[in-house]
Amino acid sequence: MILRLSGLEPLNITPEFGFAVIGERTNITGSPKFSKLILAGDFEGALAVARQQVQGGANLLDVNMDEGMIDSEAAMIHFLDLIGSEPEIARIPIVIDSSKWSVIEAGLKCVQGKAMVNSISLKNGEEEFVRQARLIRRYGAATIVMAFDEQGQADNRQRKIDICSRAYDVLTKHADFPANDIIFDPNILTIATGLEEHRNYAVDFLEATRWIKKNLPGARVSGGVSNISFSFRGNNTVREAMHAAFLFHAIRAGLDMGIVNAGQLAVYEEIEPDLRERVEDVLLNRRDDATERLIDFAENVKAKGKTPVADAAWRKEPVEERLKHALVKGIVDHIDADTEEARQKCKRPLEVIEGPLMAGMSVVGDLFGAGKMFLPQVVKSARVMKKAVAYLMPFMEAEKSAGAKPQGRIVMATVKGDVHDIGKNIVGVVLQCNNYDVVDLGVMVPAAKILETAREKKADAIGLSGLITPSLDEMVHVAQEMEREGFRLPLLIGGATTSRAHTAVKIAPHYRASTVHVLDASRAVGVVNSLLNEELKSAFDNKTREDYERLRQEYAAKTREKKLLTLDKARANRIQIDWSSYVLPKPEFLGVRVCVPMLGDLVPFIDWSPFFHAWELRGRYPAIFDDPKIGKQARELFDDAQALLDRIVAKNLLIARGVHAFWPANSVGDDVDVYADELRPEKVATFYFLRQQMQKSSGQSNYCLADFISPESAIRNPQLADYLGGFAVSVHGADELAEEFKREHDDYSAIMTKALADRLAEAFAEYLHKQTRIAWGFGRTEQLSYADLIREKYRGIRPAAGYPACPDHAEKRTLFDLLNAEKNAGVKLTESFAMHPGASVSGLYFSHPDAKYFGVGQIGQDQIVDYANRRGEPVAAVEKRLAPNLDYGI
Amino acid sequence: MATNGLHPLEALLRERIVVLDGAMGTMIQRYKLSEQDYRGKRFADWKGKDLKGSLELLNLTRPQVVEEIHVAYLDAGADIIETNTFSGTTIGLHDFLFQGEPKRGRKDQEFFQRVVDDVDLRTLVHEINFEAAKIARQAADRVGNETGQQRFVGGSMGPLPVAGSISPDVNDPAFRAVSFDQLRQTYFDEAKALLEGGVDLLIVETIFDTLNGKAALFAIPDALEKTGRSVPLMISGTVIDKSGRNLSGQTVEALLISIAHAQPLVVGLNCSLGPVEMEPFIEELARISPYYMSAYPNAGLPDALSPTGFPETAETFAPKVAKWAENGWLNVVGGCCGTTPDHIRALAKLVSQFSPRVVETTISCT
Repeated sequence: MILRLSGLEPLNITPEFGFAVIGERTNITGSPKFSKLILAGDFEGALAVARQQVQGGANLLDVNMDEGMIDSEAAMIHFLDLIGSEPEIARIPIVIDSSKWSVIEAGLKCVQGKAMVNSISLKNGEEEFVRQARLIRRYGAATIVMAFDEQGQADNRQRKIDICSRAYDVLTKHADFPANDIIFDPNILTIATGLEEHRNYAVDFLEATRWIKKNLPGARVSGGVSNISFSFRGNNTVREAMHAAFLFHAIRAGLDMGIVNAGQLAVYEEIEPDLRERVEDVLLNRRDDATERLIDFAENVKAKGKTPVADAAWRKEPVEERLKHALVKGIVDHIDADTEEARQKCKRPLEVIEGPLMAGMSVVGDLFGAGKMFLPQVVKSARVMKKAVAYLMPFMEAEKSAGAKPQGRIVMATVKGDVHDIGKNIVGVVLQCNNYDVVDLGVMVPAAKILETAREKKADAIGLSGLITPSLDEMVHVAQEMEREGFRLPLLIGGATTSRAHTAVKIAPHYRASTVHVLDASRAVGVVNSLLNEELKSAFDNKTREDYERLRQEYAAKTREKKLLTLDKARANRIQIDWSSYVLPKPEFLGVRVCVPMLGDLVPFIDWSPFFHAWELRGRYPAIFDDPKIGKQARELFDDAQALLDRIVAKNLLIARGVHAFWPANSVGDDVDVYADELRPEKVATFYFLRQQMQKSSGQSNYCLADFISPESAIRNPQLADYLGGFAVSVHGADELAEEFKREHDDYSAIMTKALADRLAEAFAEYLHKQTRIAWGFGRTEQLSYADLIREKYRGIRPAAGYPACPDHAEKRTLFDLLNAEKNAGVKLTESFAMHPGASVSGLYFSHPDAKYFGVGQIGQDQIVDYANRRGEPVAAVEKRLAPNLDYGI
Repeated sequence: MATNGLHPLEALLRERIVVLDGAMGTMIQRYKLSEQDYRGKRFADWKGKDLKGSLELLNLTRPQVVEEIHVAYLDAGADIIETNTFSGTTIGLHDFLFQGEPKRGRKDQEFFQRVVDDVDLRTLVHEINFEAAKIARQAADRVGNETGQQRFVGGSMGPLPVAGSISPDVNDPAFRAVSFDQLRQTYFDEAKALLEGGVDLLIVETIFDTLNGKAALFAIPDALEKTGRSVPLMISGTVIDKSGRNLSGQTVEALLISIAHAQPLVVGLNCSLGPVEMEPFIEELARISPYYMSAYPNAGLPDALSPTGFPETAETFAPKVAKWAENGWLNVVGGCCGTTPDHIRALAKLVSQFSPRVVETTISCT
């Protein structure tokens, strides 16, 4: 019972599909704009209309060229051929719409996918009807059938039912036409015309629809929705309300699809109650004076003007208020005009910034500080601010003014070896909103470059950011370099793995000037204000130093207390897995397999909670929407994310590439040897793992990843010869796309892009893990809800190098070489083992049901020496990489 | 064989995995034929362009070569052999056999109208396809009789050098060198001659532009009606890269939906990619297709440095394709460019141990 259609991609309209939107704006008879473009021969402009329908969410695109002034056949062919060269549009199936058969047939010869014809009918008798239906079938299309026969258009319920029923019989019995490819259009006719016989048209349509869906199996129902409201032409408020209310009832009656203006559908619940009642009275023919009452309402709306009242109010305020409103609400629509108006009022363009714009931003700052605005909103405000400033720039330059004097200049960078910059970008935007001049050096910035820029730009402070643990050491290095070169600027430290304790213990001691950890973007302004203000500075610095000294003492006390087991004792307390009774799963392939999924396939695997965390909204998805404090903001942020995600998916703005693999493997002590093939003659690599050394209560083991792999070799015990999986996935294109947004001063979308790319990369890892479990066999019977999937309630784990279970990032090198990840997934490793592009995930797969995530935690010198020897590396090199895990100083 | 009223090929498909032959073109290239060989006696005085490389012409000038290759595949265990007519259409052969020139600078619909209407070319193309079917028919029947096992002849209808839904001119996206009706006409001529020559089924293969494929599928019922025959249909698309789309941009599932109206017996993928790269798309099609499923990949992507010109030897190729059969994805296996009778022999042997994919005929696209 599926209606299958296709453009470049499939469209399967299942009974659960919901309402399918047929974009109507590419109809020359219904869209004055489109008509004007075609008549002028502007097919490029016409394509833009088609694109807008696709972007607005059209599932199908109706193309109609019925216009007496042009050669409709030629126009249909030309336009469909053009669409054929536009993958973004050709993605969805075409509805070839004409009242002339020759135009329909010309259109059918242009589309490679399975199109839909709109329409044929019994108007000219059964013979012609069957002939056309047979041809449509041979061209491989579905068809809309109008409720029209030799007597004319069906206008009441019974005629609609009789004609559709007859057409259904003729098609299925005499034209071999599959019922699933039949879509009836029982004629949506105009109501509220004042004529008595039109009163029940909507009700007739609804009832006929209900009857068709019940009695003509497989057939579907469609309709041209805007017909219903023709009598209110020129009054969009009433028309949109009528469309929304009509669709609400028609979909419940079984309407499967409709020709509508994609992207401009009002929401039933949001129709003003009074209007909704009047509209429904008319639609459902509920009272005799329904039409009059709706007309009264319409007159009223007209008198007030077309713009809805709510929107207009703030536009009437003085320009200063409008700018403030725009900044607080993040509305860019009128910003250029308002800025211009303010500029004309002021003596100098700079005064616009120092006056109304800064006043607006300080309201934003206050609200943000008071927790009444949230980060996504602040970033939107910043977008408005940037647009206004961009508008004023040419005037200021013309005036040769020095520009607004910023409060201070901060050089920011993600340190060498790291590519993560979402947090840093947010901090940058927030600082800019507060009139700081931010010099953003981007990612992977070496210490020398940071210092050189700070000197050259006469910076007032330096901010370092990083996500991965090796960045912590790089930050120490930058601090040491600043000390060595005699810098005295405040140093700000931020990023997900940084902490106050780490800054206090590991970084601050290397640099004599202020070294301050900044927890998140909301704290950044406060910290910077305090550090750069002559009066506040010394008090703030003293307080920080005291705090950090206390943290250092606490840390020293704690490390003295913690006693680690010796490595031998920890090994003796390993998890006892009974391999003899274990049935070992065998993967269905060995070696490397590339995976290039469509982004749409990854979306269901997205874990949204971390997305909100990236925006500093704490809470779990979807419960976060119900949070009384941040629920609304979370919802708005989520909606914006969905809109951008839809675009990214629809237009393939990002590309997902990944690779996974299985290798025969067995554990050897704390290591795992992997082999190229089943007979295991030759070891191709070894993964080295670390073991927990902390004291465990009885019954608890000292874990090491190697324990989850069978120690048996293929020769000794082929039944228990185990396998290790590995993967690397990446989402490409985020940097480029973010850059495009930045060029348009849209930092909000730029940050959003990166946040989504990160989510997609993680989702890809989850998706591929599922494929891996299927390949392993045990995943085939798995049935997990979204929540269970996100909570990883499946068998096996995928620990990543650089994370608690396997803290040594260097293991990525081994993995990447085995996967040939650079070639197969386009992911590069930096010298400090960060993955580039940033939206990348890699790790190992373990299949044993007892395998679990754990943290290696602090480890002793005995293990470091043993580990360095196993790897054949100098102890010092290993100590440097694993510095955060050492329980002793180096 | 009892067929319970089914076409004997469908009866066989239900019983076991059916083996298709391997490449024709790359096998012919091994003979290293000269211009004179291609011309033979009949075209010795041909005044037109050089004919070397016009593989389908060999059906007339070197039928022994074509037959030898057919027999080699039949001996290797192929149940179906394909006629040497991959490019055997008026449009497919026009570069060799059509004397006219484009009048407006580029090959456009005016030019191809002359191609598809050219009486001499149409007559020659008819003869090529008719003879190709005869050669394959005789080889299949002879080996079939000798071995007591029915062999089938598939009429190969390959792609064309022009596409109905792709503009060959980047500056003119609405330009189409060829129209649907011209595509239809060129495929009609080929299908009709193949049917008259006695093929058991028609194979529309290597579909890189679905509109071309749809034109062939439109033409086939006309040819069937004209010849009074009824044969099953096999349709095979080609995925051009790891994005899993054909050249005209359709995904595998979109392609499947677009050709469903032709009610094929077998649908699958062939050519372009090797078995490794093709695997995800084979898996996908096997998951969604309601038809019997075929796969006949290349012996890898062409590799000028390897001795055969292709990286996959019989030893490496066969297990990779057989694995799909082991996974229960396939009903028909074979090889495309770069494969040889050795590939097919190894493949036939390996797949004989696996059951064919179960087709739930109740799921129909309609």
